[in-house]
Amino acid sequence: MEGEPIIRISGLGKDYLTAAGSVPALQDISLAIYPGEFVAIMGPSGSGKSTFMNLLGCLDVPSGGAYSLNGTDVRTLDRDQLAQLRNAVIGFVFQGFNLLPRANLIDNVALPLVYAGVGKADRVRRAQEMLDKVGLGKYGASRPNQISGGQQQRVAIARALINRPRLILADEPTGNLDTRTSQEIMSLFTALNRDEGITVILVTHEADIASYASRLVRFIDGHLAHDGAVDHEMHGSVGAASSPRKGDGTSVRGEDAAPTAASPRNPR
Amino acid sequence: MIGAMLSEAWIAMGANRLRTFLTMLGMMIGVGAVILMLAIGQGAQYLVDQSIASMGSNLFIVLSGSSTSGGIRMGSGAAPTLTVADAQAIAELPSVAAVAPNAPGTAQLVYGSNNWSTQVVGTLPSYLEVRDWELAAGYPFTDSDVRSATRVALLGQTVVKNLFGDEDPVGKTIRIKQSPYQVVGVLAMKGQSLDGRDQDDTVLIPVTTAQRKLFGTQFQGTVRYMMAQAVSAEAMPVAERAITQLLRQRHRVKEGAENDFTVRNLTALANTAAETTRVMSLMLGAIASISLLVGGIGIMNIMLVSVTERTREIGIRIAIGARSRDILLQFLLEAIIISIAGCLVGVGLGIGGAVLVNQITGTAVVITMSSVIMAFMVAAAVGVFFGFYPARKAARLEPIEALRYQ
Repeated sequence: MEGEPIIRISGLGKDYLTAAGSVPALQDISLAIYPGEFVAIMGPSGSGKSTFMNLLGCLDVPSGGAYSLNGTDVRTLDRDQLAQLRNAVIGFVFQGFNLLPRANLIDNVALPLVYAGVGKADRVRRAQEMLDKVGLGKYGASRPNQISGGQQQRVAIARALINRPRLILADEPTGNLDTRTSQEIMSLFTALNRDEGITVILVTHEADIASYASRLVRFIDGHLAHDGAVDHEMHGSVGAASSPRKGDGTSVRGEDAAPTAASPRNPR
Repeated sequence: MIGAMLSEAWIAMGANRLRTFLTMLGMMIGVGAVILMLAIGQGAQYLVDQSIASMGSNLFIVLSGSSTSGGIRMGSGAAPTLTVADAQAIAELPSVAAVAPNAPGTAQLVYGSNNWSTQVVGTLPSYLEVRDWELAAGYPFTDSDVRSATRVALLGQTVVKNLFGDEDPVGKTIRIKQSPYQVVGVLAMKGQSLDGRDQDDTVLIPVTTAQRKLFGTQFQGTVRYMMAQAVSAEAMPVAERAITQLLRQRHRVKEGAENDFTVRNLTALANTAAETTRVMSLMLGAIASISLLVGGIGIMNIMLVSVTERTREIGIRIAIGARSRDILLQFLLEAIIISIAGCLVGVGLGIGGAVLVNQITGTAVVITMSSVIMAFMVAAAVGVFFGFYPARKAARLEPIEALRYQ
């Protein structure tokens, strides 16, 4: 695994302007995330975790500090360059799935390729491959409202994967799903992380979802409160139900994340 | 990329068919109205142009005098002061191309068992030149016919139809007021004059024949009026002055006294009529264009609604890599498709409406390619113009705000 972090953040802050003045949502965040890591971000409502995800996803611009994604300093990029960076490097998975309701599944999955300038025949072929991969190969002509929530999230994951991103950002990906479906979605993330080395960062407020990750980042009141390995003993109940996956997660961390874990995690 | 956007625009338009149709309806009505109004306006203009062309170009009419008799002033033509000799003198002026004296009168024509009452004009062969009038058959009468006052006649189309039906009149003999006249030629069809008279309902005979044999005159050699043609449009003011001066000299009008004749510029009158029609036609087009404008505002309105409705979709697109211009192009394309599709149907409506107006009211309509092309380009421009603001609004959305939009 490469020594260069895919995400390097130092002194990152974000203020929101309100009628009462400037309110800090994030203050002085510094961390590095390396290729192949599986990171869970937790924190109570209003702790800044969603703001942090938006900054990571280049959907929002920081008020201060430095952020380099995949070796590129995002502060030097304009709006359109950021869009291209997102298109090439990041796959987004949202809580509300965010599929286009009027387009069929093939077109939904292929959408990032439209903006990557891929030809139609290629787009359709790759979208079909991705749908096959998430187990929805025969639903290509359906529309999002014709399939279940869990299936919609799989389609969203297929869309996130289609342009072969190095990083997947998932904002509460299981927030709208029941427990069983959540486990299926999390297995999918785990497999992508383990088998293809894709870096996965997900926001969740459920401890058992976080336990699929190898590294846990916790925000409180806009500050980085905790950054370290996931303590699986703490979430024993879920851990027991999914021990094989827990084992996999541990091995990923053991092989890939361990050498890099010590140095960057507590930068302050 | 464009292909994908076109199909997306198609899907977006298909998602709300009624709304798309209503939006297009504005364009349809606008373009249809413009084309219909231009067709009617140009039809009117065409008629006027036809009439002007049939009258002859660069024309003056010289009327014999307003006479004053013991303080009582008579109107134009009251005193027969113009003569054929005057006409021949005017024809010598360098600024004048041709002159034709007119001695008109009404007479009964008989051929076989048919008879027809019409206007008979005594004139010179130059009349055909002045009026730009061709012969459909036969030959014109000649100067020698004029000198010897022979009984020959040129018949207008209406006269031919009423006296001869399908028979060829050339060489036949008709009777005008009981006297036999030989038909030497037939005038080409002219149609209506500006004031709606049938110009083809006329017979031309040598002026001398008219004066001496048919109508007779109070004063030897006088004519009611004459028509003079200037050599060019630019020469018209010069010709008018020259004719006036010459006639004053010939009529020995004293310095400071009133003319015993009137020179009127017919072409200027006709041009005024043409100008009036042109302005009317323009105004019709302009009024119709307002509906095109309203149609454009309709497109803008719907596109703004569409952008608001699809804020979240736009957010998704931006998040996964759409650049500003991708979003701009997508919405602009949609507006342009709506306006061009509306325009296509509108062109059909306009042409159909024009044909219908023509069928029902008999109003002349002229649909030119240029008016269709113009309507089309205006529609495309309206699409771009009114589609641009909503499209730009979409393209400038902030991704996180758009994604959060419910």
